[in-house]
Amino acid sequence: MEKRVTFNEKTLPYLLVLPQIAITIAFFFWPSWQAIYQSVLLEDAFGGNTRFVWFDNFAHLFRDPAYYRSAMITAVFSLLVAGLGLSISLLLAVMADRIVRGATAYKAFLVWPYAVAPAVAGVLWGFLFNPAVGIVAWTLRIFGYEFNYVLNGGQALALIVFAAVWSQISYNFLFFLAGLQSIPKSLIEAAAIDGAGPGRRFWTIIFPLLSPTGFFLLVVNVIYAFFGTFGVVDGLTKGGPAKATEILVFKVYNDGFRGQDLGGSAAQSVILMAIVILLTVVQFRFIERKVHY
Amino acid sequence: MKRMLLSTVAGLATLLSVASVQAQVEIQFWHAMGGNLGEAVNALVEPFNKEQNAYKVTPVFKGSYTETLTAAIAAFRAKQNPHIVQVFEVGTATMMAAKGAVYPVHQLMADTKEPFDPKSFIGPVYGYYSTTDGKLLSMPFNSSTPVFYRNKEMMKKAGLDPEKAPATWPEVAEMAKKIVASGAKCGFTSQWQTWALIENFGAWHNLPFATKANGFGGIDIELRINSPAHVKHIEQLSAWTKDKTMVYGGREGRSTAMFNAGECGFHIASSATASAIDKALGQGVAGISMMPHWPDVAAKPQNSIIGGATLWVLQGKPAAEYVGVAKFFTYLSRPDVQAKWHQETGYVPITSAAADITEKAGFYKSNPGRDIAVKQLQLNAPTENSKGLRIGNFVQIRDVVDEELEAVWAGQKTAKVALDDAVKRGNELLKRFEAANR
Repeated sequence: MEKRVTFNEKTLPYLLVLPQIAITIAFFFWPSWQAIYQSVLLEDAFGGNTRFVWFDNFAHLFRDPAYYRSAMITAVFSLLVAGLGLSISLLLAVMADRIVRGATAYKAFLVWPYAVAPAVAGVLWGFLFNPAVGIVAWTLRIFGYEFNYVLNGGQALALIVFAAVWSQISYNFLFFLAGLQSIPKSLIEAAAIDGAGPGRRFWTIIFPLLSPTGFFLLVVNVIYAFFGTFGVVDGLTKGGPAKATEILVFKVYNDGFRGQDLGGSAAQSVILMAIVILLTVVQFRFIERKVHY
Repeated sequence: MKRMLLSTVAGLATLLSVASVQAQVEIQFWHAMGGNLGEAVNALVEPFNKEQNAYKVTPVFKGSYTETLTAAIAAFRAKQNPHIVQVFEVGTATMMAAKGAVYPVHQLMADTKEPFDPKSFIGPVYGYYSTTDGKLLSMPFNSSTPVFYRNKEMMKKAGLDPEKAPATWPEVAEMAKKIVASGAKCGFTSQWQTWALIENFGAWHNLPFATKANGFGGIDIELRINSPAHVKHIEQLSAWTKDKTMVYGGREGRSTAMFNAGECGFHIASSATASAIDKALGQGVAGISMMPHWPDVAAKPQNSIIGGATLWVLQGKPAAEYVGVAKFFTYLSRPDVQAKWHQETGYVPITSAAADITEKAGFYKSNPGRDIAVKQLQLNAPTENSKGLRIGNFVQIRDVVDEELEAVWAGQKTAKVALDDAVKRGNELLKRFEAANR
């Protein structure tokens, strides 16, 4: 006779998931609901004068050319951050995986930047590239290139992409490396015996087998580019110059906390929430089909 | 019965302990003055706490101006607000529109029967923060105004008389060109471009910034910064950027680094920058004079307007505690207190008496030019255009004007197009403010 502990009670499973549900409600659903509720209100900063305005805040946003500009900047920024972050770290992981001697040291150094908080990374890069005192800006000037991210919007955008990618590479690297190490060596050796070169081995064996990791990282990186980069932008450019680096999440903060426009800011965060939900759904529906588990 | 007794005793004990704490009423004062200025605030408050023992003012540094305002708003909504909060001048319209949140200073002084004389204040300092009928809303605290700095050594090098400051814009350009010709990287540069080159340009030439007396007469207003005089002013400045007569050095106070490094001959900057400039260039190198004006726009300059911050009193505290707030304000406006604050920080004194004391103590003799700011503010009786600005969503509007001006300096837009766009975008923000505060 099989001996098995069973729980007949219907309530126990619910009790066990209750803490998780409570956390989700308190930290995810409640703030989201607040954002949605706030987005249909128009009120002064102190909350003494609140009016229900339907979708006025949204209509106002969609009439505002600055909002489209911010959306464009975000699109470019996110593509670059996710694209560069994933490809560079994949390259580094493949390289680190092949190293025989001193591999641990390489790996440790590559993981280090992850310990640096985004805001600190922002300040750090800002200091290195500071047009007046930064050593990188100074070196570039010697070579005849005037680097001034305080005035030049393109350079400022390049700089925040650079800083954001830099602080995300370690994370991606760790996952890619773990993914690489879980690929059976026998498969690769068999391919090598069959006469496949390193390039072919990578694209036909390693890359497909790495796709679950790659897919997970794609989702994480897109979300990072949308939200996690706030600290980098705040520490480096504060959205400037002339809003050239004002990505959507920074605009939410800027309009809400600097401008005290709570309704408009809430409307933006609702749109941002919708965009990210949509992107994640698209990723899971269309890209995941190509993933081999 | 026993339990009841116990709880009564416990209640009494709590009451007693509360009473002993409340023997000295604590007044929370949130401010945005970090570093040296934060220490100056503490030094300012300390004597008040020592002079009497009924009230204790506790200054708390809450970060930047924006962070302080946001913190106060959040605290007010949670009914945990401080008695006093320091708010920068661009937040004035937001504070005024906050119905039920603000305790106007004139009313506070009347309710607590504190003696209060509006006439003792310096006109534009008082006017910026008062209603159209002259009632003070918030207590002026740290005010400054843009003045004109010149690097005397660079002027000498360019063969100019270092003691003769340019009084008009054409003179500025002429001298700046000579300075550039003598090998300098830049002729002149300005701090806080919107504040100095648009807002103060308007007041200095008696031109409106916005309708309804710059917003003092209501919140349904429109910007007026695309007048022919404004366009010509910006056009001219833009032309001067071509040959480095003028160099744009970034937003806020960033351009000061260029003047302090000896790269620029002239600098339009806040009067409160004076001590930092002296520290960087050495005592006596920089001369201070009044801002230049356009003789063809106005024969004589009007008066400049201020920037900086004031202390707002927030509602929601027991009436008795506001007596302490009122007494603290009386202390703050005392001439000796103001004179000390003025001399230590470089901010403009809020009363004429404080300026007189400073004058008599010989401070202006040993620090020449530090009286220019007060003189500029008191040059003439303020008009509707030079009293101050009361603009809703002003933080964003300044951003808009900054952006449009940057487009002009970068050669992407003409002055006319940029200022028209600034007005259009600014009016949109004003309409939104009006809708939120109806």
